[in-house]
Amino acid sequence: MLEVPYRYKPGDRVRVAQQPAERHCRTPSYLRGKPGVVMSVTGAYRNPSLLAFHKPGLPVIPLYRVCFRQDDVWEGVSGSPDSVAADIYEHWLLPADGSDTGESSHG
Amino acid sequence: MGDHHHHDHDHDHAPIEEVAAAPIEDRILETAIRELLIEKGVISAEDVHRQIDIVDSRNPALGARVVARAWTDPDFKERLLAHPLKTIQDTFGMDMTTPLELVVLENTPEVHNVVVCTLCSCYPRMLLGIPPAWYKAVDYRSRVVREPRAVLAEFGVTLPDAQEVRVSDSTADLRFLVLPARPEGTEGWSEEALAAIVTRDCMIGTGLPDPAVKRDEAA
Repeated sequence: MLEVPYRYKPGDRVRVAQQPAERHCRTPSYLRGKPGVVMSVTGAYRNPSLLAFHKPGLPVIPLYRVCFRQDDVWEGVSGSPDSVAADIYEHWLLPADGSDTGESSHG
Repeated sequence: MGDHHHHDHDHDHAPIEEVAAAPIEDRILETAIRELLIEKGVISAEDVHRQIDIVDSRNPALGARVVARAWTDPDFKERLLAHPLKTIQDTFGMDMTTPLELVVLENTPEVHNVVVCTLCSCYPRMLLGIPPAWYKAVDYRSRVVREPRAVLAEFGVTLPDAQEVRVSDSTADLRFLVLPARPEGTEGWSEEALAAIVTRDCMIGTGLPDPAVKRDEAA
């Protein structure tokens, strides 16, 4: 795994940012704004939203596997034991401490 | 990387079905670009066909061998879960050179894993070959993250309420292979016999290995 600063670690509660989507965006729209828990740190990769346009995509961005409860993702779902796990780049994640609504400027 | 529909809207409950091939415009564009690249000497027609051969040589039998070995060799399973591609390459001699990472998702009594790519059609091609048409279809991609149990039921898979269904959405640089649980009734089976019941769907998570159904019959 590349030696870059990783902002989050397994077990951290996070929220997917509600920010303007890049032209080539790997963060699914159905997860934007949703809270989840970091399952694992998967490494750091070149930015796909830049790679898609033949840019180097550097510096690399940390990538995390994040688990979302079905209850937290879909309106009208409650008491579901099920979940969705997705891979989210760090510039799409915020700490889920409630103080930040996702209108972030970082990344 | 295909189209990038996002499906927030309501959806019907049509069954997961086959879809048509790429739109005619896309095929014309592909042909035009390929012919130009060959004409300009960037790639050769031989390169194109060699790559097609490689893609065609991959099929679910590769993944099934890996699963069967994991069922019979606990040490292999441990290494597979820790370092999937390296372990597969070292053990089976398959060339697993790819810029992508593979994650093996082990099904347990607590968690049943299902794989999708809601953005396009990312798939563990290095082990399973070309994805089935339904995997690329909007129906499957939009519904399995929203109502996984209803979709699984259409595949004939019903799971206990207490078992979490975890849908892994292949959104980035990782590809996922489901390691199903070894079914009861297969005690003492050879690795070859075990591999024959590991269907493609078992490794996507939309199927469960059935000792009575062999892979080639299910395909």
